[in-house]
Amino acid sequence: MKGSKISRRDVLIGSSALAAGASFSTKVISAAPPASAVTPALVEAAKKEGKVVWYTSVDLKLSEQIGKAFEDKYPGVTCKVERTGAERILQRIGQEYSANVHAVDVVNSSDASHLVYWKDQGLLAPYLPEDVAKYYPDEHKDADGTYASFRVFLCVIAYNTSLVKKEEAPKSFGDLLDPKWKGKIVKAHPGYSGTIMTATYQMSRDLGWEYFEKLAQQNILQVQSAADPPKKIALGERAIQADGVEYLIHQEKEAGQPVEPVYATEGTPLIIGPNGLFKAAPNPNAARLFQSFCFSPECQQLCIDIGGLRSVHPQIKEHTGRTPLSKIKTMKDDAAAVLKNSEQIKARYVKIFRV
Amino acid sequence: MTTVASTVPVARRRLGFDPSKPVLVAFAVILFALIVMPLSWLMFYAFSSKSGGFTLDNFHRLVTDAAYLDPLLTTFALATLAALICCVVAAPMGWLVARTDMPLRRTVRLLVTASFVTPPFLGAIAWELLAAPNSGLLNQLYRELTGAGQGVHLLNIYSFTGLVFVISCYTFPYVFVLVANSLDRTPGDLEDASAILGGKAWDTARRITIPLALPSMLAGALVAFLQAMTLFGSPAILAMPAGFHTMTTKIWSLFQFPPQPELAAAASLPLLLLTVLLLRAEQMVLGRRGYSVVGAKNSELRIVRLGRWRWVMLIAAMLVLMCPVFLPYFALLNASFSKVASHLVWFNNFTFHNLHFVFYELSATQLALRNTFILGTLAATVGTVLALVIAYVHVRQAVSGYRVLGFLATAPVAIPGIVLGVGLFFTYTRPPFVLYGTLWILLIAFVTLNMPAAYQQLQSAFKAVHPELEDASRILGATRLRALWQITAPLLRTSVIATWCFIFVGVIRELSAAVMLFTSETKVLSVLIYDLNESGDLAAIAVLGLLMLLITFGIVALANSLKFGGARRLSAPS
Repeated sequence: MKGSKISRRDVLIGSSALAAGASFSTKVISAAPPASAVTPALVEAAKKEGKVVWYTSVDLKLSEQIGKAFEDKYPGVTCKVERTGAERILQRIGQEYSANVHAVDVVNSSDASHLVYWKDQGLLAPYLPEDVAKYYPDEHKDADGTYASFRVFLCVIAYNTSLVKKEEAPKSFGDLLDPKWKGKIVKAHPGYSGTIMTATYQMSRDLGWEYFEKLAQQNILQVQSAADPPKKIALGERAIQADGVEYLIHQEKEAGQPVEPVYATEGTPLIIGPNGLFKAAPNPNAARLFQSFCFSPECQQLCIDIGGLRSVHPQIKEHTGRTPLSKIKTMKDDAAAVLKNSEQIKARYVKIFRV
Repeated sequence: MTTVASTVPVARRRLGFDPSKPVLVAFAVILFALIVMPLSWLMFYAFSSKSGGFTLDNFHRLVTDAAYLDPLLTTFALATLAALICCVVAAPMGWLVARTDMPLRRTVRLLVTASFVTPPFLGAIAWELLAAPNSGLLNQLYRELTGAGQGVHLLNIYSFTGLVFVISCYTFPYVFVLVANSLDRTPGDLEDASAILGGKAWDTARRITIPLALPSMLAGALVAFLQAMTLFGSPAILAMPAGFHTMTTKIWSLFQFPPQPELAAAASLPLLLLTVLLLRAEQMVLGRRGYSVVGAKNSELRIVRLGRWRWVMLIAAMLVLMCPVFLPYFALLNASFSKVASHLVWFNNFTFHNLHFVFYELSATQLALRNTFILGTLAATVGTVLALVIAYVHVRQAVSGYRVLGFLATAPVAIPGIVLGVGLFFTYTRPPFVLYGTLWILLIAFVTLNMPAAYQQLQSAFKAVHPELEDASRILGATRLRALWQITAPLLRTSVIATWCFIFVGVIRELSAAVMLFTSETKVLSVLIYDLNESGDLAAIAVLGLLMLLITFGIVALANSLKFGGARRLSAPS
């Protein structure tokens, strides 16, 4: 299995869905850098730096677990996890860089367009981890080697099974507009969450803005992070999430909470969260070590097993209890279009939902 | 005595060099830099277009676009209601504690202090745990008791009413403290006189006690109004889920990517204007009435006997205190040890996991704790010294232009923390002062934001100390600084310690400026909790929140022990 570029059917189908619309990389600035293996010299240099700072929008518990796994593998290098919504990360890095504060080493965003943006600004360093070079499908890595798809997941509808019977549960985004769900829906915000930003683009493209205008009449509970709706329905605060990350639904469900994902008949927004490292990283070696670790089968498998995420690394195994990505109808990802439309999408969203 | 006082010190002043002058000037310069610089940037941006040219478009949009008008009206209604509720609830409580024989008065005071030091955003989150329509503990209890079905709720915290309620919970202490303290200080002579002249209890209350307490109640209501108006955390936590904005959350949202600082600056000017007007109004209402109540001669307080009503009043006070203290603390404690935040802790779902997560897995905990401690201590110390000097200068009119100093010290009250944060961001991200990314910028923000309250506290403390004591010292040959040190300082000791604590607690509570100014290395506890709230990590919030409260109570307890020590020493000579 090792060495074959695409070995699993799931991945093939899942990723071809992306490939179709994925103008993932923008202009090619130079040829991709050579693949970099983790050498003892790199590990030594990283240890000298002693830490790596990772700005990420991965849910807090999982991102701390990833950091911990890295620390366990490379004792002497601590991983400082700075977690917030992807749109906040964009704002924060913008603020910090405009003030010449270079705190971030590696960034992960659930809004793939951010990586395109930072690359266009010339902020990202080319670095191609061995795993990415060898195994990752082309549409999941930047041609110049500045970023690659660290994680893939969906933005799903979900419901609390003790509040909603399976037969009555919504099956599509259209079903959410039924008056019987009025006051029972929780929804996250594209101004905070990259997941929701990406999903809002895909849904407004495929379903039209009328969908959101009607959803706004449903008296929704508006939260910020896409990681919040799964927690709110697990608490029983609302019966249904109109959007939110799929991986936390997996986590909650497997921990025994009464939640169930719904893969909408119209298609489910597909979210890609790339990792990239900054040229001005304060800990350049630790950053490279961490970047390599993130794409290793070890870390990717951890993201699947306890994280509930999906992966495009062909060596990892999908979790048996979950619907395989290949069986799910997804919407098309298009980072370049998100980049072009993000201001408009945010403004329109605020107009419709009033916050 | 007046004649002596007016001749001798004047002669001395002309002869010797008074070292207090340069000190005062230095403080004026500091204050100017702290407040005027960010405010100038604010003004500059309010009248700037995106391309940098002069424009009035920002204001035009502000008054024509409902997206900005609605939050303005909401904020006004919110602050007015909150201030009213505070007065209605807190003023009688202040009187009960200061002037009656209600049992457990000390305890009630301590509990009010507890609600005062509870960060409002933490209270808001705790009330989410209690009164979210479906998962809230109180609503679950209600359904349990009434047998009502799913979806029925008694309380909905995600609403305008919910927000007013939660804000009042954590602003009423301002009114309470000011009223109780002023009644504490008001000597019984006047009331005795009224009684001797045949005044009935009600006449005495109406003509003596209430007028004496009125200025502090109005001042308290004003502070409560301004607090409610400039609060960011509670509306961000409760109003946005409900689908409406207040002015602060609106301004904050304008700094989200893509930032629109020009509009935000313009949107904050109405708040500034309103505050200035209110402060003027307060001065007009209070007029030139002097209330020097601590003189060289003091008498005992008069205590009203409530008889049978003592216990009724105590129960009423405790019921009020359920809202800011008992219920929220219980909710946080419950969430800290429960596997699911909305489930009551029982044997089957008790867990230490949340504690473990916060202290061993969450990499931001330690850093945030350390930063909060450093900033709290520094800001409290610097802020108290600044406020002390300015209050002295203002009350004793020690330098010409003292009014400007007083105004500057009060001005930040009108600047929402978030806007000051942005002003500071612009000021200190470019040479010559690049402070962004360091703790210094947060220190400046915290000192500035706490200055008005610290200044008002110390100013009223100075006002209550009649200059006759200082004059006496100076007649006997002391310089101004020596008179201050030997006479005024010991008298103000309690107030100074209170102010120090006040600022420390203010730093712990502060979220809105910090949220603009922090970087990953300079995160503080409040920001960490706010971050966690946005991703719905309630269990971790509960643990961190309790930790935050413990630290705060530690500081308050420490201050209280010093305070009572000082009070004993003070009472000896009288």
